[in-house]
Amino acid sequence: MRYAETGFNLEVDLTRGNIERIATDPRDTELYLGGLGTNAKILWDRVPPETEPFSPDNLLIFGTGLLCGTPATGCNRTIVSTISPQTRLMAYSMMGGFFAPELKYAGYDKVILRGKSPSLVYLWINNDKVELRDASHLQGKGAVETAELIRQELKEPKAQVAAIGLAGENRVYFASIEQGRSSASRGGIGAVMGDKGLKAIVVRGTKDVNIARPDEFMGLCKEVLEYIKFRNENPVPGVMPILAGLGSPQEMKVHDEKWHTENFMWGNSRTRRKDFWNEEVAAEWMKTMDSMRKRLISCYNCPMTCGATIQPPGFPTYMMKCFSKLTYTMAAYSDLEFGLGIAQSATEYGVDGFSTPQVMAFALELYENGILTDKDFPGMPSDNNGRFYWLLDRIVRREGIGNVLANGTYWAAQEIGNGAEAYAHNNIKKHEQLPLKLSMLNPIYFLMYCTGEKINITQIEGQFPQAPFPTREEREEFVKDWFQVPDEKFKQIFLDWELRGDKSLPFYPTVQMCCDIVDWQERMHYIDDALGMCAGLSSFPLKPPYHMHNYPKFISSGAGIDMNEEKLTQATKRYRTLVRAINISRGMRRKDEKPPEDHWKKRFPELEEKLLDDYYKLKGWNDQGIPTKESLHELGLDYVGKDFLERGILTDSEDAPFKEAATEKEKK
Amino acid sequence: MTVKGEKKKKTIKTIKIDVDKCNGCRACEMICSAFHAAPKYSSNNPARSRIRVIREPLKDVYVPVYAGEYTQAECAGRDKYTIDGKEYDECAFCRASCPSRSEFKEPDSGLPLKCDMCEGEEEPLCVKWCSVDALSYEEREEEVEEAVEQEQLETGLESLANKYGLQQIMDTVARMSQKD
Repeated sequence: MRYAETGFNLEVDLTRGNIERIATDPRDTELYLGGLGTNAKILWDRVPPETEPFSPDNLLIFGTGLLCGTPATGCNRTIVSTISPQTRLMAYSMMGGFFAPELKYAGYDKVILRGKSPSLVYLWINNDKVELRDASHLQGKGAVETAELIRQELKEPKAQVAAIGLAGENRVYFASIEQGRSSASRGGIGAVMGDKGLKAIVVRGTKDVNIARPDEFMGLCKEVLEYIKFRNENPVPGVMPILAGLGSPQEMKVHDEKWHTENFMWGNSRTRRKDFWNEEVAAEWMKTMDSMRKRLISCYNCPMTCGATIQPPGFPTYMMKCFSKLTYTMAAYSDLEFGLGIAQSATEYGVDGFSTPQVMAFALELYENGILTDKDFPGMPSDNNGRFYWLLDRIVRREGIGNVLANGTYWAAQEIGNGAEAYAHNNIKKHEQLPLKLSMLNPIYFLMYCTGEKINITQIEGQFPQAPFPTREEREEFVKDWFQVPDEKFKQIFLDWELRGDKSLPFYPTVQMCCDIVDWQERMHYIDDALGMCAGLSSFPLKPPYHMHNYPKFISSGAGIDMNEEKLTQATKRYRTLVRAINISRGMRRKDEKPPEDHWKKRFPELEEKLLDDYYKLKGWNDQGIPTKESLHELGLDYVGKDFLERGILTDSEDAPFKEAATEKEKK
Repeated sequence: MTVKGEKKKKTIKTIKIDVDKCNGCRACEMICSAFHAAPKYSSNNPARSRIRVIREPLKDVYVPVYAGEYTQAECAGRDKYTIDGKEYDECAFCRASCPSRSEFKEPDSGLPLKCDMCEGEEEPLCVKWCSVDALSYEEREEEVEEAVEQEQLETGLESLANKYGLQQIMDTVARMSQKD
């Protein structure tokens, strides 16, 4: 018997309409765990670097985490992996909600989609009965609307639906996959789903998920629940409120938005409004939130209420999570009422809440600066809010300038030319980033921005405080119950970290310390992404209930795989390296690993070089960020090493010169 | 004629359900099915749970309901309730395992499920796992008269006797007991 996982994947060939249930190899679970880990293995094995994102040969994988569907609190992530049309690298956006557990209960760990359907279809998984059904009547329908229509049509109110809206159908490079209160938004994976002619995946499952050693596993679950309760009652002192608790930033609960609105940038990540928040704004925004928010809601089996049902006047009800609350508002220099209203349209269209507002603000900046002109915006209203609605509509329909903008700021700037590139200033690896512009380089964040393979800072940061605490007493207090550290040395680093003087940024923590801190933070995210754990209970907040010391026990007693901290670290390193290998084979190199140039005002080029050099070394990569033959061998990834040799990405002598020129040529 | 019964103390177990507090996470369904798995906690499957959250997120309807008695026949007609402007199906509050719906039936055998308040635990586990306090547990003692049932039976028989005549009732009872 397989534990925690079902041991079966669903393979769907959309071109031929063929559906197969395939048993998986339990050895892969030991090596790559599940979720992101096994997704990466499948992508490496089956999608070579020559495959274009919109090729029928590109795969779209919906992978449940290894522990999804078990009683482990908050373990409900579906990891959706494919090749991104925007970054042309591996995308692995994730969604919470109820989809992953339902898929497990239906008897599958993953749904692997290939090919392209000749007409729009949806996939209906009802335990052992799986079929592709006509979706022509759903064409152009909103993602949330689609889910409701399908549930009614199938008379299955309990079915979980992951659907795309118009943006996905029209292959917008930042289209999302929406699933009730959650979405997999980053990297344009909704566009790949649309390209495959798949409107939705619908799943209903009524089977058991088994646990290897129930008593031990339940004991761990209870400890986690108790610790969550403790942390909810005891927020971390000395940090701003959104960093003090667990869960996703509690945006649906919190009324005080002084910090975000005054520290994050408005418009096209341009303007910091230091005196924005005042009593009047606070009162108005609170009124807006209270009048539109119907209920705080959770994902499957989780006590954190990070989401909310929102009912803007004149719009249908939808569900929102996290920071989309402010992204539209701030991009448009508008107010919360506008933000919550346009987010309803954006959710139905199915677009990413980070990229979309930035793309629209970027377009208006080009207009203001004469790079785009009136003829690019025929019929655009003159008021600011109206312009955003107008642009959103053009983008998801790919009409006129919308067809250019639908590829994101990087590609749009390339196409528009005429100096537009300078306005696409907030990207990493062609992907829009959080609108943050700061003064002094933070070496830890520098490394995370550069090397984060998910290309999103929130998906790598979290375990180590963002800034030093002012007094030694506060720091001592903080480390007292900081049992989550994988090594005691992290406590000392934090204790010695000062706001000013010798032991302050950017030269303290030292390069070596920064490398270790980033390595730890990254590892926790990779573990979450393989187990299906919400980062909000693990890798993202300070002092989380899941950590390096209890995770091996969860895996051992839940999945029945003999696990310890060392083995888990090694497994994580293995599939983390595999994700990098996929991107390296697609041409990613050191030159691509950099934060937006204007992210910090004060930069330290020498230090930055040294940081990357040493971090690459720690990771077992050469100076171009390519995993070396030795490190691949040590991880049991000789098949990657062999491929790199054959492609000339690595040569027999490890010190060989950088092969970028050759691979670039091959691509053309 | 009535028989005065003995007064007896009985423990009434109550789960209070605050639908306004429900966050829709379904941890109650998960832990119920895990607790009732054999061996205990060896598996879980919300489709086997004896509590169900009747959810319609876009209508803001969240009603945790416990499995009650099995009933052979479904109700004639269905009523709708509007509470605080939200429309609820009558079935949203009904505890019966009944032919009109799939709730409270074992998914493979179709056998009815019934909440047992997690016999042996200090409180039902759904309550324990409900971190938003939508479910809370209460025990209270009530005095009940043992004779009540007897009294009801006699009232019922009397009305049948009035309708069919006592003889026919006696014949029927005799025939039914022979069958057994």
